[in-house]
Amino acid sequence: MAESPFKVDIERAEKELTEKMTPGAIAYIPGSSVINKTGSWRVFKPEFNKDKCVRCFLCYTYCPEPAIYLDEENYPVFDYDYCKGCGICANECPTNAITMVREVK
Amino acid sequence: MEIPENVKKRLSLPFEEHFYAGHTACQGCGAALGLRYVLKAYGKKAIFAIPACCSTIIAGPWPYSAFGAPLFHTAFETTGAVISGIEAALKAKGYKVKGKDGIMVVGWAGDGGTADIGLQALSGFLERGHDALYIMYDNEAYMNTGIQRSSSTPYGAWTTNTPGGKKHFLERRHKKKVIDIVIAHKIPYAATASIAFPEDFMRKLRKAQEIPGPSFIQLFAPCPTGWRAPTDKTIELARLAVQTAYFPLFEYENGKYKINMPSPKKEPKPIEEFLKLQGRFKYMTKEDIEILQEWVLREWKELKKKAEVFG
Amino acid sequence: MPMKRVMKGNEAAAWAAKLAKPKVIAAFPITPSTLVPEKISEFVANGELDAEFIKVESEHSAISACVGASAAGVRAFTATASQGLALMHEILFIAAGMRLPIVMAIGNRALSAPINIWNDWQDMISERDTGWIQFYAENNQEALDLILIAFKVAEDERVLLPAMTGFDAFILTHTVEPVEIPDQELVDEFLGEYKPKHAYLDPKRPITQGTLGFPAHYMEARYKVWEAMENAREVIKEAFEEFEKKFGRKYQMVEEYKTDDAEIIMITMGSLAGTLKEFIDKKREEGVKVGAAKITVYRPFPIEEIRALAKKAKVLAILEKDVSFGLGGAVFADVSRSLINEKEKPIVLDFIIGLGGRDVTFEQLEEALSISEKAMKEGVEEDVYWIGLRKEIL
Repeated sequence: MAESPFKVDIERAEKELTEKMTPGAIAYIPGSSVINKTGSWRVFKPEFNKDKCVRCFLCYTYCPEPAIYLDEENYPVFDYDYCKGCGICANECPTNAITMVREVK
Repeated sequence: MEIPENVKKRLSLPFEEHFYAGHTACQGCGAALGLRYVLKAYGKKAIFAIPACCSTIIAGPWPYSAFGAPLFHTAFETTGAVISGIEAALKAKGYKVKGKDGIMVVGWAGDGGTADIGLQALSGFLERGHDALYIMYDNEAYMNTGIQRSSSTPYGAWTTNTPGGKKHFLERRHKKKVIDIVIAHKIPYAATASIAFPEDFMRKLRKAQEIPGPSFIQLFAPCPTGWRAPTDKTIELARLAVQTAYFPLFEYENGKYKINMPSPKKEPKPIEEFLKLQGRFKYMTKEDIEILQEWVLREWKELKKKAEVFG
Repeated sequence: MPMKRVMKGNEAAAWAAKLAKPKVIAAFPITPSTLVPEKISEFVANGELDAEFIKVESEHSAISACVGASAAGVRAFTATASQGLALMHEILFIAAGMRLPIVMAIGNRALSAPINIWNDWQDMISERDTGWIQFYAENNQEALDLILIAFKVAEDERVLLPAMTGFDAFILTHTVEPVEIPDQELVDEFLGEYKPKHAYLDPKRPITQGTLGFPAHYMEARYKVWEAMENAREVIKEAFEEFEKKFGRKYQMVEEYKTDDAEIIMITMGSLAGTLKEFIDKKREEGVKVGAAKITVYRPFPIEEIRALAKKAKVLAILEKDVSFGLGGAVFADVSRSLINEKEKPIVLDFIIGLGGRDVTFEQLEEALSISEKAMKEGVEEDVYWIGLRKEIL
């Protein structure tokens, strides 16, 4: 399985992000939002059926987080750390390879 | 695996992400997706200015940032002026601005921040001819303050200050055609785009980069929260807005109009298909829908005429 | 060699801007400041100043464009007055909060209504809480010098706050006086190049400026502005000293005039200080123990200097061209605040004078002085005195 495109950024943010106030309250670390695991907002979770997937990339293209990336074979990988469960991917999937199921916590 | 043509086209979107996860947009946010595309297009070769709006929240509170590019948050009505200042400063420093390898200065403001409170600064920016791009992400109301109507809100829409009642109807004015006001400035490049058609949007972003002078893109970006729509319908709604000709895709380039509809030969779908997925239109009567439908087709006809005459 | 020329205050301000070599100027015409950008656009058009001049569609956009330019890391300058400054109000806070050292020249003018294009200080006084450093010039030479000093102080790493220099509408903006124009080389030495480290928009260094600040962080960010303004006290004094060494003209936070044995000290700002000094000379000849003081730096307010001054006199008479309705003069409030916890303090009197371009005459100063003398002997009768008011038409 491929790595999250944000791996380096997560490591950097975890290491360098500080609350030390700067002049002008400048945020110096680009992409430091990756430290917020917005996956905790999720009520419905996308479940992926690889057999049905035709690798059209629509789910990847339309994810507003982005919480879907592609593996070496161009299959989507769902990043549940950030997926808020909006369901756009399931709605747009032409082969119903993605279904939204209630999150069990 | 054999990759079909349309998928190949989709894959032409740059893979790198400069819009980072962990941002705090609502579920299914059209504006967030729009930002992701813009950052994909311009990567780290852009400087952004964003007024106080949903995108302020989306980009993150201090000390966080969801942006991989430099970002400047400014006051609600100042986007046009601030990008003018940034562009002037970069030029004074001897940087290349716009063009294939130049820095893109991008203003990213909502419909309220563009069509209403920011209209004066926008006009100044366009008229002075700065080399920058202004993107209006259109979600058809003041969403950040809690769904109040803007001049870009369509006829018949419910918002918190067009609630409808015994004496007053819902929103009774038609959507303001900001793009026509922009084109009246006779700038080199203006276009509409939709988050449902990212290839078309990307192509327009590239054009905006290559053509010198001020560019403007009005990006249709549904807001499921404000439109009282299911969060998974964002793309479907954006697509239907185009297919019904409610929000037609077109470009205005050096005086010429060009319509970029996905299926140019098809007649527009009935507006009801766009309306019925959204709670904000559920109070409209049959007559109201007819009024809106008539407006949509009239505007569509006018656009087609422009493309015919000034194509 | 510095050259001397006869020029209007507005021209002096434009010359200061030219000498400071800002990279971006964004301005909008307004009486009485219009000539400042007009003159600068001449400099730019002639190639005497290498800068981008943005002809914006409002003052709100003028300051917003300056904010954008300064955020992109260049020296930015603008000029305005009155309604124009009031229109900028919102963005002034943003410039200070983001620590952008923009410099602005103000032709101090009254605010509507009624519409009035003449001098008082209401425009700048009303912006005292925005986090901008404020200088008030007595004459055209000071207008030029205090704009150069404003750049020096604003851009100092210990400060990084925007600054405005005011000079009185028409009395200075449109009146010609001899002004010494400093040598460019010396000004270059004095100011150096503006190279911000804390913030500049550059794709090579993606930072985010002006984010949302939650209650957990907002107060600390504002405290940083407070701290910077406190640092400015020392930085201003250093800049004054260096300026004197280089250019030979001396500036002080508060300039005193014949105060040593004074029982009454009349305090004012701007061009009124010139009139006041002449008045003091006259009264001294008559044997009256009265002195004057001019506040050159209004923000940060010279609290210590006012305390030192207060030790010398029995009465401080504040003469000011502004009013905070429902309270009194703003400078009076600031002076009072400086003295409130002192063990021994003089009587402080509040005189509102010369609003909307009303001439301040010796008779008016005489009236203020006699009220001060009476107060010294018999105590204070009124909280606020409006001097030169035409009671017959009220």
